[in-house]
Amino acid sequence: MMLTALALLFGKLSLLAVGGVNSTLPEIAREVVSVHHWLTPAQFAQLFAISNAAPGPNVMISTVIGAHVDGVAGGIVATLAMILPAGVLAMAVSRVWERYREARWRRVLQAALLPVTAGLIVAAAGVLVRQADTGVLTAAITVVCAWVSWRTKVHPLWLLTGGALVGLVVF
Amino acid sequence: MVKNTSIRLSHRELFTGFFQAGILGFGGVLPVARYMIVEQRRWMTQVQFNDLFSLCQFLPGANIVNLSFAFGARQRGVTGAAAAVGGLLGAPVAIVLVLGALYARYGGLPVARHGLAGLAAAATGLMLGTALKIATPVCTRVSNAVLAALVFALVMFLHLSLPLTIALMLPVSVFFAWRAA
Repeated sequence: MMLTALALLFGKLSLLAVGGVNSTLPEIAREVVSVHHWLTPAQFAQLFAISNAAPGPNVMISTVIGAHVDGVAGGIVATLAMILPAGVLAMAVSRVWERYREARWRRVLQAALLPVTAGLIVAAAGVLVRQADTGVLTAAITVVCAWVSWRTKVHPLWLLTGGALVGLVVF
Repeated sequence: MVKNTSIRLSHRELFTGFFQAGILGFGGVLPVARYMIVEQRRWMTQVQFNDLFSLCQFLPGANIVNLSFAFGARQRGVTGAAAAVGGLLGAPVAIVLVLGALYARYGGLPVARHGLAGLAAAATGLMLGTALKIATPVCTRVSNAVLAALVFALVMFLHLSLPLTIALMLPVSVFFAWRAA
């Protein structure tokens, strides 16, 4: 029963998550905390921190919630429910998108999407920076990593390792 | 940058490429995925990546997961999508399940907290750097730069929700693109 409830909830959230998973977090919190009473607000914050500390895409908030509710099976069911409906839609739309590559409406729409995407992605990063950086040192790490990754082709892993080491040594 | 419109990848290449992006994607997969696809393996040019990424960003769901579905399906159909998405998510899902158990026991230790704080700051910086990398070539046109700046301001300073921002700005952007085409 629990697995069905998880599949239905995250399947619905999957198609609601316009603009990515992070913009859907408030809705996820409302459902699992206030509607289903699976988690307390504090537990939700803790699980969110865990999903952020692990590598991988931020759909993994559904993995940790599912695992909390119904063990490993719950985690896997919630993850699949979160990615499949949106993924099937993405495959279908991208196919139509490819087929009409030369059409005028397609080229106009593509050209129109680009600046909006650019603004959205920089704003998403900006919101992240505003929330994350509380001290001078973390802000310095962020600025250095931003500049290096913008201007060079250094592998991201070097910057992540460097940030973690600076944190260990200096904090 | 090399043009790679005709490239056809194997299931194994799709799986290992996205596996690498998933397992190294701390604090967001976009920076590592873009690095892997555009700069390291050159599966797509900067322009092709921006095109597919912008489409995926307007669809519901996680951007990079959607991009893995769409890119994998273009290369090898539904099984290609399964290879790409399985590669992307397999290791992270296993890790987060173990991490959840570990965090419950050791999360309070100073070593864990300090290392994680530095890691989170670096990940935030990477996100910003990658966002600027995506935005820079788009904003070489003045009208694009103005539109992108407006979208940025609506979300960052007026705290508009994403669907509302898109509903407001996409028609304006379509108007400009229509006139330019």
